Amino acid sequence: MKLIRPALVLFTALTLVTGVAYPLAVTGIGQALFPQQANGSLIVRDGKLIGSRLIGQSFTDPRYVWGRPSATGPMPYNGGASGGSNLGPGNPALKQAVEARIAALRAADPGNARPVPVELVTASGSGLDPHLSPAAAQWQAERVARLRGISTARVRALIAAHTEGPQWGLFGEARVNVLALNLALDAAR
Amino acid sequence: MTSNAYVQLALYLTLLGLLAWPLGRYLADVMAGRSRVVTGPLGGIERACYRLAGIDAEQEMDWKRYALAVLLFSLIGTLFTYALQRAQGWLPLNPQGFGAVSPDSAFNTAVSFVANTNWQGYAGESTMSHLTQMLALAVQNFLSAATGIAVVYALIRGLARHGAATVGNFWVDLTRATLYVLLPLSLLLAVLLVGQGVIQNFDADRSAQTVTTVHYPQARLDAHGTPLRDAAGQVLTDTLSTRSQVLSQGPVASQEAIKMLGTNGGGFFNANSAHPYENPTPLSNLMQMLAILLIPAALCFAFGREVGDIRQGWAILAAMALLFVVFALAAIWAEQQGNPTWGALGVDQAAATWQAGGNMEGKETRFGIVASALFATITTAASCGAVNAMHDSFTALGGLVPMWLMQLGEVVFGGVGSGLYGMLVFALLAVFIAGLMIGRTPEYLGKKIEAFDIKMVALVILATPTLVLAGTALALLVEPGRAGILNPGGHGFSEVLYALSSAANNNGSAFAGLSANTPFYNVLLGLAMWFGRFAVIVPVLAIAGSLAAKPRLAVTAGTLPTHGPLFVLLLIGAVVLVGALTYVPALALGPVAEHLALRES
Repeated sequence: MKLIRPALVLFTALTLVTGVAYPLAVTGIGQALFPQQANGSLIVRDGKLIGSRLIGQSFTDPRYVWGRPSATGPMPYNGGASGGSNLGPGNPALKQAVEARIAALRAADPGNARPVPVELVTASGSGLDPHLSPAAAQWQAERVARLRGISTARVRALIAAHTEGPQWGLFGEARVNVLALNLALDAAR
Repeated sequence: MTSNAYVQLALYLTLLGLLAWPLGRYLADVMAGRSRVVTGPLGGIERACYRLAGIDAEQEMDWKRYALAVLLFSLIGTLFTYALQRAQGWLPLNPQGFGAVSPDSAFNTAVSFVANTNWQGYAGESTMSHLTQMLALAVQNFLSAATGIAVVYALIRGLARHGAATVGNFWVDLTRATLYVLLPLSLLLAVLLVGQGVIQNFDADRSAQTVTTVHYPQARLDAHGTPLRDAAGQVLTDTLSTRSQVLSQGPVASQEAIKMLGTNGGGFFNANSAHPYENPTPLSNLMQMLAILLIPAALCFAFGREVGDIRQGWAILAAMALLFVVFALAAIWAEQQGNPTWGALGVDQAAATWQAGGNMEGKETRFGIVASALFATITTAASCGAVNAMHDSFTALGGLVPMWLMQLGEVVFGGVGSGLYGMLVFALLAVFIAGLMIGRTPEYLGKKIEAFDIKMVALVILATPTLVLAGTALALLVEPGRAGILNPGGHGFSEVLYALSSAANNNGSAFAGLSANTPFYNVLLGLAMWFGRFAVIVPVLAIAGSLAAKPRLAVTAGTLPTHGPLFVLLLIGAVVLVGALTYVPALALGPVAEHLALRES
């Protein structure tokens, strides 16, 4: 019986410290030091919210560089329902999905016979992956250049300009932000 | 295997060691009340808590009272977390207007967060209000981790003391672990994470107008909600289109920090640390990976200090690190191999400077293969269970690594507190086996290991395998259990085995294809999590009490030294042997069968 008061009071006190004071402190400091990041790295054009640097968007128009396939439902890149396909490596449904993605990529660019980079045919873990490997972006350069009527060299240069190396040269992978690249492509017209 | 893998692994372990060493000293000082911090402003909060609660910090508890306090405190946490989920519809800070969580899901989640598991049957961004996330879930992230530190400290005192009747005061241990260790570290990490792009606000979701219109199919339903099919049996669909994208908001960074530091693992979003708002950059990923194993590693040093021989802590840490490196390399290797069926389709899976290659299904570009497989190893070596890639889509052998690491009892670093107390139980088993081999009474740190202690050791070691294997068998025998499986063949079996392994060992990661948010799985896994946590904690505290009462024996020529390489190997042997004997048959039916089938196709 003598344990009940300490348990209840301590639970309440620690709940207030860790559940109220702590998140409010982080919000205060975070909003003061990094307001752009704390609010979602939003991209605003002409006063309109057009997306976030960190959340990918679906591109299926062949004039744009396509990003990673997304397994979110009901629509791809649904920011309100993140998640992967969870298909196992031997699941026939995964093989069918990969084959369909290869077919779509080939149909949009019949002249390109090179092997397809793996990231263009596999769904990301979040379904919101904002990035693509430089190899997978460059693989699409000729198609995008042809359909936009600009030189391939121009597209390749834009991809290179949007390529980030591994962080500090050591951690993670080289990557291209697909939304930023596509916005740059639109601006290059 | 790329050189990148070795570089990232070596850097990770070096940084971990450099951070854990000073933290181990700090931990030992604050838990003993020696540190200057205890007399500072945070100490004022600590003393105010005791005054309000009527706690005498000087009065210690015997192991039974300590265990009772742990259970009572955890029960209060469970009831509160359950109640808040059920009532969130009427409470503030609910900008999305979410209603009450269903009773079975709320039970599962309440147990899950109190038991430091953070298994999530629900999808965070579409279920929990901001208030529930911060006042119930994030609070339990702190308190369940602090409980783990408290319990391991009771065990450490049992080993360090002699002829003592008590093992410490649970209220004091809990409060100090929360206020001096978890809170300041979380605050620091949370702010660093915001700097990398993790969001932290209390806004409602935003709606963005996307660059292009998105077209997507939607199944045509009849009046009963079942999909209509054409003559060939294909589902009929309508094409819908939209130019708006939801951008979920919320206090993510504050929860993210303690989710890692407390080895909790419950994400704000469904995709967990794969979500760019939870883990936006390779650097945030590195911080999160370090945060998972930081306190478990530091506790090894704190243990060494408390028992008066730092080499004892090094020996435990060395056994953990050796096992860890082997598992990490195996996971990275398996995932870098890629999917054997894709080469023939014309897919380029080779690793190169400009692409990670390998099996990228369910993985994020910024993490690639190495940082994803390394994260999977870390999160299951610990009882964390956060994921930055979908384990269900790992290759057969790549998925075996996290599954077996959990099944070993999460003693390779392990959870906050739970990893070290689990490993110390294995240390008792190792000296017991060694004692049998040479025909001497086993001793550990000068304590004679007798019948009562070894019975408790056996209870700890048998509790989770019983829950895992019996639970898996039960789930496969009944229709509601089989109905949740997504993937066909051996992989489907693995989904169930993984779920039970994760729940009973308080990990919380998943082969997420399994539809587990059903009354059957919510109840089964909820029970597995509760008993997986407390059927271990109570015997561990019993061992603590028994050891504390014993006299310390002098070291003689016949004593097995427990700080050298021989003991490290013995300890690794005990862990691997128990893990292999228990789980190889089940693993053969799941990932091993799947691997062989994949190679055949």
